[in-house]
Amino acid sequence: MTIAEDAPTTDAPDTGFVGDASRVMSRDNAVLRLSEAEAGALSLDPEDELGESKMIINMGPSHPSTHGVLRLMLEMEGETVLRSKPIIGYLHTGMEKTGEQLTYLQGCTNVTRMDYASPLFTELAFSLAVENLLEMEIPERATWIRMMMTELNRMASHLLFMATNGMDLGAVSMMIYGWREREPLLRFFEKVTGLRMNHNYIRPGGVAADLPDGWQEDLIEYLDAVEPRLEEYDILMTGQPIWRERLQGVGVINEAECLALGATGPILRSAGSSWDLRRDMPYLAYDEVDFDVIVGSYGDSFDRYAIRLNEIRESMRIVRQCIEKMPSGDYRAQNKKVTPPPRARIDESMEALIHHFKIFTEGFKVPVGESYAAVESPRGELGVYIVSDGSSTPVRMHVRAPSFVNLQTLPHLMENGLLADAVAVISSVDPIMGEVDR
Amino acid sequence: MIFAQQPYLETFEWSWPTWRFWENDPVFLIIQVVLIFAFLLVAVMLMVWFERKVVSDMQNRIGPNVAGPWGILQTLADGIKLFFKEDLIPDQADRFVFKLAPYLSLIPAFLMFTMVPIGGNFADKNGEAELFGHTFLVQLVDPPMGILLFLAMSGLGIYGVMLAGWSSGSKYPLLGSVRASAQMVSYEAALGLSLAAVLLASGSLSTHDIVAEQVGGAEVLGVEISVASWNIFGLGFIPFIVFLIAGTAELNRPPFDLVEAEQELVGGFHTEYSSLRFSLFFLAEFMNVVTMSAIMVTLFFGGPDGPILWDAIDWFWPILWFFSKVIVFLFIFVWFRATLPRLRYDQLMDLGWKVLIPISLIWFLILAAIRVGQDEDWNIFVVIAVGLAGGVLAMSLLMGAIRNARLNRAESDVLEYG
Repeated sequence: MTIAEDAPTTDAPDTGFVGDASRVMSRDNAVLRLSEAEAGALSLDPEDELGESKMIINMGPSHPSTHGVLRLMLEMEGETVLRSKPIIGYLHTGMEKTGEQLTYLQGCTNVTRMDYASPLFTELAFSLAVENLLEMEIPERATWIRMMMTELNRMASHLLFMATNGMDLGAVSMMIYGWREREPLLRFFEKVTGLRMNHNYIRPGGVAADLPDGWQEDLIEYLDAVEPRLEEYDILMTGQPIWRERLQGVGVINEAECLALGATGPILRSAGSSWDLRRDMPYLAYDEVDFDVIVGSYGDSFDRYAIRLNEIRESMRIVRQCIEKMPSGDYRAQNKKVTPPPRARIDESMEALIHHFKIFTEGFKVPVGESYAAVESPRGELGVYIVSDGSSTPVRMHVRAPSFVNLQTLPHLMENGLLADAVAVISSVDPIMGEVDR
Repeated sequence: MIFAQQPYLETFEWSWPTWRFWENDPVFLIIQVVLIFAFLLVAVMLMVWFERKVVSDMQNRIGPNVAGPWGILQTLADGIKLFFKEDLIPDQADRFVFKLAPYLSLIPAFLMFTMVPIGGNFADKNGEAELFGHTFLVQLVDPPMGILLFLAMSGLGIYGVMLAGWSSGSKYPLLGSVRASAQMVSYEAALGLSLAAVLLASGSLSTHDIVAEQVGGAEVLGVEISVASWNIFGLGFIPFIVFLIAGTAELNRPPFDLVEAEQELVGGFHTEYSSLRFSLFFLAEFMNVVTMSAIMVTLFFGGPDGPILWDAIDWFWPILWFFSKVIVFLFIFVWFRATLPRLRYDQLMDLGWKVLIPISLIWFLILAAIRVGQDEDWNIFVVIAVGLAGGVLAMSLLMGAIRNARLNRAESDVLEYG
């Protein structure tokens, strides 16, 4: 990975964490500190602070490249973005509050709708948090199925990023290519879980169903087909002079600033910090598989693009190892109080029928306590925090959504860039608005 | 006709002092005007279909396939839909200019095509064709200022785009129109400079003469090659490449479609337009693509030049060759669109001013030196060597200056920031 000579470099002196962090936090123009009404009044009145050469432009909530319903207030001078302020809440559905009314078994159906591009990760984090409280042992096969499915989901999510990133920069064909590669994955998900998205597949206690017959052949065929196509992406985009010029040196952020703003995932790794929960705080069976954490060095949009592209390759490595090492056994814990009995048992056993009825009506009880489980989602650290009072519904559920936290970096990344850079930056932060607003 | 009556034209010594129409018979003339008009409309219709079909093929899609065979009538269906949609004019718009702008864009697009020779036997009959007992040039007009009219019309077309954005009374279109004016002014210069190289070779502004000069073949290393006399080879590729890039920018086609960059400016200058007024912009845009391809074929690829395979229909072959060449360029434009990401505004300006204009200027000077050398009987190899050396020197000086300026700017930025 090289950088063009003319790309601006981060000139922040190496003063350590505290100095840099305070620079980010205290800088006046990091956030546009005006209400919408004030800004509107200013832009109408040329005499005022804003001046005649500046204008406030509203990008979104309905705009082709704001990835859903993100709204940005941009203060612009000509084409240059001076300040920006992300405004969220247009997709707020109160999922966290809803989660308090649903039993732990129903919870997955709820949280899976947050990050709709990688739904399995929220299910996984939720299930891990609940299992922590239950102090349950999960069968090995269930763990590996979870790992394989989430890695496939990471690929699907990053392929979607490839598609939208290409489209946002004007490479319209890339949009279709990204979707083309994602499609077989969604078909595979449908085959395994019954749904293309919002699967409700990973549940407390294991997964909803075992892998179907012939899944190995399906996956190997798919992985073999995708590998050369990723090489095509390199030709179409990575090596493309226009592509490099559009992304290199655009939206630069350094490690201290990332940490101060709480950014995780590809944004943090692009700044040179090698932090990946899969390796640093292993969950599932990540300590048993071999993979690399991709790290950038310039903290620009190109690094974020390259990291995601290579993470697809790493995910493929993990999936291949999962296919090889997939243990046999049960796909869910046989805990009569948590997982429903097999269908056949209901016909012959009164106890099984009662358990089945109770699990699906009042749900299972979870011991008093609180628990936080975090996983490395395609967008960064995705955590679910659950407080239980011993009943079958959580008292409080909170999701630490990486998109929401990463969105904080937008004003910083966009500052003094052009409007076209702003689009590239939104794209490279890759927010999913369902997860931001929850 | 209006231009021909103006006296100052008479004071110049043109090789063709009057406008030549196909025939001086007014009825015949009107038929031809209608023919060209209808041809352009149909060409646009097919071009839109062609673009959608080719792009969809490159993207593994099927593309339009419902209206008519292979979806060929899709554009017609879209046109009818646009025609029946509600015509909206924003409250903040300057109503008169808002209504005027689409026509300012469309009319130059039509006029540009009139002077392109689309046929005629250039091999033995000096570009004339015989059909139904008439002998005529297969182009609507052959004005003496020829190719300048093309530059003027493409310049006028900018007004449509610019005024549309400005008069919408909305922010995104305004940004689009600011981009449009800057982009077009920059690239018009590169376009004109690469065109100057062609004029140097042909010695005439008339499109007919430019084509006639490219016909006849040339001898390369003792072998007679019929296409070697085309300007693309005669002028050494550079003017053509510059013209192709600048032409793409002039057309607002990807990768230079900043004016209507959908992902940034929603729709750019035509965001607020709907219904028929929008379709006029759409029409003008695709018509310009066809015209630009035709102009490129005329300037660099010998226009309708090609072998006359059967003398009895010698009017037919040139038209066939001409359109075959045009389709190649149309395909190239579509190809650009399917593969390339969009440039950023400042990169576009850099490419125009720091690369295309200096290169075409230097190349023009080298060509001029070769011309003078031929007249003065200098050693041609020495002239070329000295010219290239001078060009490389000038280019490297320029690059050094640009680099220095950039470093200085970066330094001052750091000071300001610290």
